[in-house]
Amino acid sequence: MLDEICAIPGGEGIRLCIQCGTCTASCPNADKMEHTPSQLIAMARADMRDELLSSNAMWYCLSCYLCTVRCPRGIKQTDLMHAFTSLAVREGLSHAGTFTPTMYRSFNHFACALGSLPEFGFMTWFYLLSNPFRAWRMIPVALDLLKRGRLSIRARRLTPEGTDQLKAILDKAESLGGFS
Amino acid sequence: MRHYTYFPGCSASDGGAKAYNWSAQAISRVLDADLSELEDWNCCGSTPSSSVDELGAFCMAARNLALAEKRGLDMVTPCSACYVILNHTNSYLKEYPHFKAKVDEALAAGGLAYRGGVRVRHMLDVMTNDIGYDVIASKVKKPLGGLKVAPYYGCQVVRPKFGFDHPENPQSLDKLIASLGAEPAPFPLKARCCGGSLIISEEDLALELIRNLLDSAASHGAECLVTVCPLCQTNMDAYQSRVNKKFETNYKLPVLFFTQLMGVAFGLEERDLGLKTGIVPSEKILLKYR
Repeated sequence: MLDEICAIPGGEGIRLCIQCGTCTASCPNADKMEHTPSQLIAMARADMRDELLSSNAMWYCLSCYLCTVRCPRGIKQTDLMHAFTSLAVREGLSHAGTFTPTMYRSFNHFACALGSLPEFGFMTWFYLLSNPFRAWRMIPVALDLLKRGRLSIRARRLTPEGTDQLKAILDKAESLGGFS
Repeated sequence: MRHYTYFPGCSASDGGAKAYNWSAQAISRVLDADLSELEDWNCCGSTPSSSVDELGAFCMAARNLALAEKRGLDMVTPCSACYVILNHTNSYLKEYPHFKAKVDEALAAGGLAYRGGVRVRHMLDVMTNDIGYDVIASKVKKPLGGLKVAPYYGCQVVRPKFGFDHPENPQSLDKLIASLGAEPAPFPLKARCCGGSLIISEEDLALELIRNLLDSAASHGAECLVTVCPLCQTNMDAYQSRVNKKFETNYKLPVLFFTQLMGVAFGLEERDLGLKTGIVPSEKILLKYR
């Protein structure tokens, strides 16, 4: 697994970790994670692939980059978190008891298909996929936004040429077999 | 006049942060900066796309960079997420040749090429470093004397280090607030996370982070917050009532985009600023300056 991570842009620093715990101490969500950021690195180095990729930990990463700017070894910890989530998605292990993977996939689905993110459509789609009861609870927030003209139902569309161009690029990217 | 390619991002262009777009354009006119929107841009992919399909996500971002390169100008965005993703793409393309080869091949499938020549800037960087505090101060018609403002940077405008300000104790927004005549409130959590998009999937966790920020701002006497990011604004503003309900608190802190606050000080009209799109109303605290 170490070689696999090192081949990913941003992943090569994993060999430099001294397990000082600065990333864990800096993380706003470390206490919600099954494994702390520094434990994830140790697990990757111990080749605990399945345990790591089925952990909920990297799905609680906020991409706030506090770990990255503080790491005394210059490890791009946030990029590692993204690498772990991407690997988990590729392996079909991306459930982990949190709705974040479903939310990220819904977002990516719209972003790729339309080339823009219709916030209302994306949120509705996500709540239906995850837990329609939560959609019910969202109505007051949605109404607040709607009243102030902040909830657009219609998505911004690219030109037909732009849409085709984006699709050609993303299809090609998919055929190139990943990031590393 | 200064010229820029403008990348509004989805939230500011057609989503919940349209007031950010309007106010950014309005103050730029006052400051003699030309923001010319990139034609046919696409979503940058933000954190979600790079978390599920990294190569695809960076290719989405690279398409925008390739389109922008044809113009030969700096590209400015008001959105911190777009700023990070586009800059990240630039630095990965420089650092990792095997990754660049894949992105080049994908772009070529769309008839595009990118040589790495677009400098991506945040609106806050352009305002404070290109335009400058003195020029901004010279355009102030209604000095915001007496208004105590918490400068909220959030994460991605200063981290990881793409540049223009300190990653943990930034100052540019503080100085900008002061140049409008207002008083920047001490705000120890000014560069801490608002919960980002996890407000959608893990609401309880994000509400706690928002509560901490509101508490930090309010306990230092702030009358409002200013942000530099559409998602920070939505989390702090649209979810403030949820925080109050969950934690039995009573925060009523308006959350403005920094461009809106500049517009108020420049004496611009409501239609240019969209102050009424704020969910926590700002009329009361801004009354004496309007």
